[in-house]
Amino acid sequence: MKARVGPQHSATAVRRAAGRLCSHAVLLAAAAAVGLPFFWMIATSLKSDVEVGLFPPVWIPASLQWNNFVEVWRAAPFGMFYVNSIVTTLSGLTLEIIIGALSAYAFARIEFPRRDALFLVVLATMMIPGEMALVPNYLTLRHLGWINTYPGIVIPYVSSAFGCFLLRQAFLALPREIFDAAKIDGAGHLRILVSVAIPMVRPVVATFALFLFIAKWNAYLWPMIVTNTWSMRTLPIGLVLVREAEGTLGWQHLMAASLFVLLPILIVFFIAQRQLIEGIARGAVKG
Amino acid sequence: MNPFALAQSRIGRFRLPSLTHYRRERLIFLGFIAPNFILFGVFTFWPLLYNFYLSFTKWNMIAPTPQIVWLDNYATMLHDPIFWKVLANTVYLATGSIAIRLVLALALALLLNQKLAGRAVYRAVIFSPTFTTGAAIALVWTWIFHKQLGLLRLPLNLLGVSSPDWLGDVHWTIPALILVTVWKGLGYDMVIFLAGLQGVPAELYEAARVDGAGAWGLFRHVTLPMLSPITFFLIVTSIINALQIFDIVAVMTGGGPMNSSKVYVYYVYENAFKWFKVGYASALSVVLFFITLGITLSQTRLSRRWVHY
Repeated sequence: MKARVGPQHSATAVRRAAGRLCSHAVLLAAAAAVGLPFFWMIATSLKSDVEVGLFPPVWIPASLQWNNFVEVWRAAPFGMFYVNSIVTTLSGLTLEIIIGALSAYAFARIEFPRRDALFLVVLATMMIPGEMALVPNYLTLRHLGWINTYPGIVIPYVSSAFGCFLLRQAFLALPREIFDAAKIDGAGHLRILVSVAIPMVRPVVATFALFLFIAKWNAYLWPMIVTNTWSMRTLPIGLVLVREAEGTLGWQHLMAASLFVLLPILIVFFIAQRQLIEGIARGAVKG
Repeated sequence: MNPFALAQSRIGRFRLPSLTHYRRERLIFLGFIAPNFILFGVFTFWPLLYNFYLSFTKWNMIAPTPQIVWLDNYATMLHDPIFWKVLANTVYLATGSIAIRLVLALALALLLNQKLAGRAVYRAVIFSPTFTTGAAIALVWTWIFHKQLGLLRLPLNLLGVSSPDWLGDVHWTIPALILVTVWKGLGYDMVIFLAGLQGVPAELYEAARVDGAGAWGLFRHVTLPMLSPITFFLIVTSIINALQIFDIVAVMTGGGPMNSSKVYVYYVYENAFKWFKVGYASALSVVLFFITLGITLSQTRLSRRWVHY
């Protein structure tokens, strides 16, 4: 914009700058308010017993009590909780992606009579609230002897209507010629899926995996129902159990424990936030 | 008629590919969808049916067979004051949370839609609570709401207001939960509004400005209508999510005190896994299913009325 100095233009410029300043102020306040609980959690986790009990509260502890983390780690089997969470989350998301990709490919690229009607069945499952399945799934697992086991935590949530839907759309968007060329080369469907289709939709798979990781890591209701010993509990449930187990744990320890649980998610978030945000925005604007 | 004969009789005109090729394709199709469909059958569809069946029974999961009581559970539900309280709580929480969240999210999205320095940072910070583990942040907020030592006492003291016992006073538990759910969900709604705002064509604003519209006019007649599909989508998905809230409530209040913060799914969980009233819990789930179905189905009808494209 050319600088045309005159009273009107500088007035607009001032108004615009004031507007920008206001925007910054509001956004800064909002960001600070939203970020405050995280800061408070970290600050509390590093406080000593005395400091925790002070009001008005101390914002930055006099000396950082890193031993809080050690003490709470020892107070409950956090190592086990971590292992359980990692195993169930990673195996769950891997299985769900594989199962979703297989059915997505079939719906996209394999002919079958009344295929579209079958696909509606897949979509229908997305309308059933998960709560309905709690008791029956518990009973099924009891029959299978899977209560308090990894399969028990993982398998009921490995079927993927959403993954099938998402990947089918991604496969349909790929040019037909690629599949035809692969077929002419004599590749079977499985080979095509693995060597051709999936590599071409890697960003979609990656975003899907991201959302799955978050959902499974944060799962609370089902893992709580299906596990009944400390050794099998996942992190979110273990955390809550720690609160109930009395003893010498204060709020500084509970905040330290909360940080244990939140850290992987926050790390994932900071690395992949743009991907997450774009995934959400794309889905909402389209649908 | 024998398909082979048919094919052979038309060899000049078209060749039927070998039947085994079709059969193979179909088998492969079935093989590919089998894992998904078997899992659906076992863990989604059968439970749906079995849940309906259980809602007509009385069972504690230990006795060998459920006892059929027909509509008793549903009758009990109608007269169960806790059921109605739980329903009211859930509606209260959902409405309060969604209304506040949407207004704040839209306001922040409008601000972020400008070319400001550091907007990506603002967006990231406000969005950060969205995917955090519910149980963990529930614990953090329980500490913030602490009666004597909680952080929330500070701003209230500044305003000269006395600080309520958030999690211990029956009138303040749901407002506390509303605060937490707004904090957690604000970023998500904001990101979606932002995407919607960025999809509004600039020509529309130009045309409206030419017609003499001021800032508020632009908002009312261009921005809001263009955002209506997204707003509608957000409202519907938020309601459905609100009906399923569990972990935050379970960790922060356990539904109390005196059922003041008990939400629907928590009540279902209690009946099924704490009190072993499986039949009643199933009946509650069935009601939830129909409520969700009703909302999803009315979505299409309502969207035609409210949404401008």
